[in-house]
Amino acid sequence: MIEDRKRPPLTDDGLDDSVLERHLSQTWSASPGFWGALATVDHKVIARRYIVTAFVFLILGGLLAVAMRIQLAWPEARFLDPDRYNQIFTTHGSTMMFLFAVPVMEAMAIYLVPLMVGTRNIAFPRLNAFSYWIILIGGLLLWISFALDAAPDVGWFAYVPLSGPEYGPGKRADIWAQMITFTELSALAVAVEIVVTVFKQRAPGMSLDRIPLLVWSMLVMAFIVIMAMPAIMFASSTLILDRLVETQFYNPAEGGDALLWQHVFWFFGHPEVYIIFLPAAGMVSTIVATFSRRPIFGYLPLVMAFIATGILAFGLWVHHMFVVGLPRLGESFFTASSMAIAVPAGIQIFCWLATLWLGRPVFTTPLLFVIGFIVTFVIGGLTGVMVASVPFDAQVHDTYFVVAHFHYVLVGGAVFPLLGAIYYWFPKMTGRMMSETLGRWAFGLIFLGFNLTFFPMHILGLQGMPRRVYTYQPELPWAGLNLFISLSALVLVSGFVIFFIDALRSWRSGKPAGPDPWSAGTLEWATASPPPAYNFRRIPVVEAREPLWSRSEGLAVTKGLQVDRRELIVSSVVEALPEARESSPRDSIWPFWAAIATSLMLIGSIFTPWAVVWGSIPIAVTLIGWFWPKGTVEDTS
Amino acid sequence: MKCNSILLLLAFLISGCSGAQSVLNANGHAAIALKELILAIVLVCSAVWFLVMIALVSALARRRIRESDAISERKATVVVSGAVGATVLVVSGLTIASFHTTRALSEAEDPELTIVVRAQQWWWQFTYVDPRSTETFVTANELHIPIGKDVRLRLESGDVIHSFWVPSLAGKQDLIPGRENILTLRAERPGVYRGQCAEFCGLQHSHMALFVIAEGVADYERWAEGQRRMSVDPSEAEAVAGKAVFMARQCAACHTIRGTGASGTTGPDLTHIGSRRTIAAGLLENTRGSLAAWIADPQKLKPGNNMPLVPLTSDELRQLAAYMEVLK
Amino acid sequence: MKERVVLDVSKLPMHDMGIASPAWWGTCAFMLIEGSGFALAIAIYFYLFSLAPKWPIDAPSPDLFAGTVLTALLLASIVPNILVSRWAKARALAKVRIGLIVMSLLAAAPLALRIFEFPAMHVSWDENAYGSIVWTLLGLHTTHIITDLIDTLVLTCLMFSRHGDNTRRYGDVEDNALYWNFVIVAWLPLYVCIYWVPRL
Ligand code: HEA
Ligand code: HEA
Ligand code: HEC
Ligand code: CUA
Ligand SMILES: [Cu+2]
Repeated sequence: MIEDRKRPPLTDDGLDDSVLERHLSQTWSASPGFWGALATVDHKVIARRYIVTAFVFLILGGLLAVAMRIQLAWPEARFLDPDRYNQIFTTHGSTMMFLFAVPVMEAMAIYLVPLMVGTRNIAFPRLNAFSYWIILIGGLLLWISFALDAAPDVGWFAYVPLSGPEYGPGKRADIWAQMITFTELSALAVAVEIVVTVFKQRAPGMSLDRIPLLVWSMLVMAFIVIMAMPAIMFASSTLILDRLVETQFYNPAEGGDALLWQHVFWFFGHPEVYIIFLPAAGMVSTIVATFSRRPIFGYLPLVMAFIATGILAFGLWVHHMFVVGLPRLGESFFTASSMAIAVPAGIQIFCWLATLWLGRPVFTTPLLFVIGFIVTFVIGGLTGVMVASVPFDAQVHDTYFVVAHFHYVLVGGAVFPLLGAIYYWFPKMTGRMMSETLGRWAFGLIFLGFNLTFFPMHILGLQGMPRRVYTYQPELPWAGLNLFISLSALVLVSGFVIFFIDALRSWRSGKPAGPDPWSAGTLEWATASPPPAYNFRRIPVVEAREPLWSRSEGLAVTKGLQVDRRELIVSSVVEALPEARESSPRDSIWPFWAAIATSLMLIGSIFTPWAVVWGSIPIAVTLIGWFWPKGTVEDTS
Repeated sequence: MKCNSILLLLAFLISGCSGAQSVLNANGHAAIALKELILAIVLVCSAVWFLVMIALVSALARRRIRESDAISERKATVVVSGAVGATVLVVSGLTIASFHTTRALSEAEDPELTIVVRAQQWWWQFTYVDPRSTETFVTANELHIPIGKDVRLRLESGDVIHSFWVPSLAGKQDLIPGRENILTLRAERPGVYRGQCAEFCGLQHSHMALFVIAEGVADYERWAEGQRRMSVDPSEAEAVAGKAVFMARQCAACHTIRGTGASGTTGPDLTHIGSRRTIAAGLLENTRGSLAAWIADPQKLKPGNNMPLVPLTSDELRQLAAYMEVLK
Repeated sequence: MKERVVLDVSKLPMHDMGIASPAWWGTCAFMLIEGSGFALAIAIYFYLFSLAPKWPIDAPSPDLFAGTVLTALLLASIVPNILVSRWAKARALAKVRIGLIVMSLLAAAPLALRIFEFPAMHVSWDENAYGSIVWTLLGLHTTHIITDLIDTLVLTCLMFSRHGDNTRRYGDVEDNALYWNFVIVAWLPLYVCIYWVPRL
C-alpha cells in the first residue's frame, strides 16, 4: 500500500544515467566484509562461487582419475590396494557426476539465465544462496571421508546388497547416500529458481519464441531435475533407512528386492545424463550462432528436440539393466526408446551443422571446442546407440566399452562445450579476455589427449576387460593398451593444466573485454563486463530473438522502476507482458544458517535417526528467521 | 589424419583380438550371433560418423558463394529434413536387427544338462544337477561342458550381485540374491574359455575369474565320471600327513572333501582340486608351489578374500600342498 | 550502449497475487517435486506388491477406522480452507485471522489421528518390505502435514503482527491454502493404497 509510505518512492524516471547507476548500486550491492560475503544473494556472485567450486571438484576428480590410470598402467600393479582403488573410482564417479557436472551446469544457469532473460536477480535468491552452501558442505563431506580413508567404495550407483547393511559395513555407504541428499537438495532448489525465473521474470516482450536457446535448454533441464530427483531422494533415503533402522526395502528374504534399487536409481540416473547434456547443447547453440555470425538455423526444431529429449529421458532407464534378467520383450521396448532418442540428438547436430554451413564461421577458441564437441559427441552418441541394443549390450555391459561411451558423451559431449562456454563467457564474468594462444593449445591437447585416452577403451571392452577392476593379470592381452591409455591421459591432463593456468592468469591480467567482445546477439552482452550488481541499468524490452543484432537505434528499455528498493519486472508466462513491479529479497545471513542447520541434521542422521527429530528444530528456527518480514521497503506492496 | 588413425585402430580391432577372453573370439552359438550383430552395428555407425564428419568439414570449409540467404536456407532445410528422415530409418533398422538377434538368444527348449552356478565373494560354485541325486556333484571355478549341446545354467548368488560372463561363448547374465536367472551356453568348438565376473562385487571383483572347458562328449563324460567319484585316499606319506593336518586344522570347517570327514561349505569343494587348472578363481596356476603359497597366506595373494590365514609350520604346509595335489 | 525508452511500467502494482506472483509459481514447483515423490512412492508400493506372493506380507489388512476418519477430516477441511483463500483474496483481515486459527487446528487434528494409524497397520517397519513401505508412505505424508501446520502457525502469527495487512501476506495465505489442498489431494491415493489395496 503505497499510501503508508513516508517518503515518496524514487523511480528511475528521468534520472541521469550516472545518478541512476549510483542509486541502483546502493540498493543492490552486497555490504562489504566477511559477513556481507556470506549474506549476499547476488546470483552472479553465487554462480561464480558455484563454478569455481565445481572446477575444484573437477581437478580433484581428475587427480583421482590419474591415480587410477597409474594403477592400471601395468598388470598386477601395486600402486593402490583394492580397498583404496574402490574408494577412488567411487569418489571419482560421484565427484564428477554430482559435484562437478550437474552443479557446474546449474551454476552456468544461475549466472546466465537472469542476464539472458533481462532481469536483475534470479527468483528466490536466498534459496539460491542456501543451495550453494548445501552443495559445498555435501562435497566436503565426501572429500573429508576420502581423506580419512572412509570414502564410499560401492561405485557411483551403489548397488544393493553390496551397499546394504549386510555387505557394506561401516559408514561408507551412508556417506555416499547422504552426499547424494545434499546434491539433490541443492539441485532441486536451483531447478525451482530457474523455472520461476524463466516463467515470470523475462524482460517485457520476450515471448516464448524469443527465449534464447540456452535458456530453453536450462528450463528443460530444470524440469528434468524436478521430475527425476525425487527418485534418487527416495533411493538414498530408503538405503539409509535399511542401514540405520532396519527397514527391508532391499532385502529379498523379507519381501524386498535388489532390483528395486536399480529401477529407482536409473529412473533418476538416466535423466541425470541429460541434465548434464542439455545445458551443454544450449551452450553449443549459443556459441555456434555467435561465431557463424547468423541466427541459429532451426530454432523451433531445436526447442522441440530439447523438450523431446527431456520427455524421452524418462523412458530409457532399463537400458542400464539389460543383463539383470528382465523379460526380453520388455527390454526390447527400451532398446527402441533408447534408439529413438537418436532422432532429437540428430536434429540438434544437423541444425548446428546447417548453421555453420549457412554462416561465416570465425575460428575462435569457443568454436574450436564446439567443433571438437561435434566430432567426439557423435562418436559417444553412436556408441550409446550401440549399447542400446540388448544383444550388443549383453557383451559390452560393465566393460571398458561402456566406460568409453560415457566419457565420450560426458567429456566430449558436456565438458568440451563447457570449456568453450568458459572461453566464451569468461569476458562477461570477469571483464577480461582469456588468451587465444593458450586456448588453442589447451583445445589441441585436450582434444588429442582425450581421444587417445578413451578411444582404445572401446577395444579393451571388446577384448573382455571389465570395468571397476583394480588390476588384471599379465596373461591377459590388455597391458599394452592400458599403458598407452595411461600415457595419453597425461596429454589430456596437460591440456587441462594449460586451461587452468590460462583461466587464472586471465582473471588477474587478461585483456579488458568491454561489454560485447564477440558482437553477440543475446541480452547478457547489453550490459557491462562484469555486470553491475543490478545487471541492467534499465530493464530491456525485447523486440526480436537476437535483441542486440536487430536493434536499430539503441536498446529498447523500460522506465518507471523504483530504485530505492530491489525491484524487477514480473511478466506473463507466454507473451511476457509486464504484470507487476516485484521486489527481490535483500541479502540475508539466514540461508547460511539454514544450510548449517540442515547439514547438521543430515550428517547426524548418518549416525542416529534421532538427529532427524532434534535436527529439525534448528532448521525450523532458521527458516522462520529467513522468511519473517523485516519491514524493509522490499516488503511493501 | 584422425580418420586414418581410427581406420588403423579399427583394423587392429578386427585382427588383433584373439585373447583368451574376447567378444571377437566367438566360439559359442550365442557369441557368434552377437559378434555378427556387433560388427554390423559398428559398421553402420562408423558410416554414419563419417557422413557427419564430411558434413562438418564441408560446412567449415565451404567457399561462400554469393547466393541469396533464402536459397541457401531452403537447401539447408531440405538436407536437414532428409538427414532426420535417414536417422529414423537407420535407427529403425538397428532396432529390428537387434530384436531379431535377441530372439535368436532365447532359452533352449530342452537342455542337455543343467548346472547350478552359485556366485559368492569371490569364487564360483558349480553344481552338476543329476536327476539321480547320488550322481550330483559340486566343483568350483572350472566349468566343463560338452560341445554342441545346450547347457542350461541356473544362476544364483550367495551374497551380492555378480555377473557370469564368458565372452567367447555368450553374453553376460547377472546373478542376483533372491532371484534366479537362466543362461544357455552352447560351445561350437572345443577349447578353454576364460570368463570373469562382470558386476562389481567388492574387494576382489578383479580376481573372480572362471574357465569353461568345452570338450568332446566322450572327454566330457570321462571328466564327469571322475568328478562323481569320492576323493582319492593318499598313499604317499607326505600326502597322508597332509590329510591329517587338513582334518585337524580349520580347513575342514570350510571345505568339503567328499569321502572324508571334511564337509564345510564356506569355501570351494576340494574333492578334486588337484584336477583343476587354476586355484582361487583363476588367480594362480595350480602347482604344488602355488598351492603352498596360497595356503600359507591367502590374504597376501588375494587381499580381503574370505579364506583366513591359518598358522601352519612349513612341514604342515608342504604336506597340505602335497595332499591337495593328489586330489585329482 | 544507447538506450531508447519504449515502455513505462510505473503504473504496475508493486506485488500481485496468484499467477502474477513468483511465490505462487514456486509453491507450484515444490508441489510438482513432492507430487513426483508421492507418485514414485506409490509406484514402489505396487512394485513390491507385484513381487510378493501374498499381500500384505505376514499381516492382516490394516484397520480402517483411524485412517478413514482422518480422510473425512481432511476432506472436510477443504471448505474452510477455500473460504480462507477467498477471504485472503478479498483482503478481509479479520476473517483471515479467524480462518487461519481454524486451519491451524484442522492441520493439528489429523496428527492426533495419525498416531493411531501406525499401529493400525499391524506390522512394524522393520518386519518386512510391506511394513517398510506403508510406514514410509504414512511418514512421508505426515511430514507434509507437519510442514503445513508449522507454516500455518507462523502465518497466523504474522497476520496478527504489524506485517499482516499486506498484499504479500494475503498472497502467502492463498499459497498456503493451495498447499494444504495439495496435502489433502495427495493423501487420497495413499489412502486407497494403504487401506484398500490390501483388501483386493
Ligand atoms: C552426458 C551424458 C550422456 C549422454 C548424452 C548419453 C547418451 C546416450 N546414451 Fe549413455 N550413458 C552415460 C551418459 C550419457 N549417455 C553414462 C554416464 C552411462 C554409464 C553409467 C554407468 O554405468 O556408470 C551411460 C550408459 C549408457 C547405457 C548403458 C550401458 C551399459 O551399462 O551397459 C546405454 C544403453 O543403452 C546408453 C545409451 C545412450 C544413448 C542411446 C544415448 C543417446 O542420447 C545418444 C544420442 C546421440 C547420437 C546418436 C549422436 C548424434 C546423432 C546423429 C549424428 C544422428 C545420426 C544417428 C544415427 C543414424 C544413429 N548409455
Ligand atoms: C563428467 C564426468 C567425468 C569426467 C570429466 C571424467 C574424467 C576422466 N575419467 Fe572418469 N568416470 C566418470 C565420470 C567422469 N570421468 C564416471 C561416472 C565413472 C564411473 C565410476 C564408477 O564406476 O562408479 C568414471 C570412471 C572412470 C574410469 C573407470 C574406472 C573403473 O571402472 O575401474 C576411468 C579409467 O580410466 C576413468 C578415467 C578418467 C580420466 C582419465 C578422466 C580425465 O578426463 C581427467 C582429466 C584430468 C583433469 C580434469 C584434472 C586436470 C587438472 C590437474 C591435474 C590439476 C592442475 C591444477 C591447476 C593448474 C590448479 N574414469
Ligand atoms: C573360513 C573359511 C576357510 C578356511 C578355514 C579355509 N579356507 Fe580354503 N578357501 C576358503 C574360501 C572362501 C576360498 C575361496 C577364496 C577365493 O577364491 O576367493 C578358499 C579357497 C581355497 C583353495 C582354492 C580352491 C579353488 O578351487 O581354487 C584351497 C586349495 C584352499 N582353500 C585350501 C585350504 C586349506 C588347505 C585350508 C586349511 C589350512 C583352508 N583352505 C582353510 C575358505 C576357507
Ligand atoms: Cu563377482 Cu564381481
Ligand atoms: Cu542411460
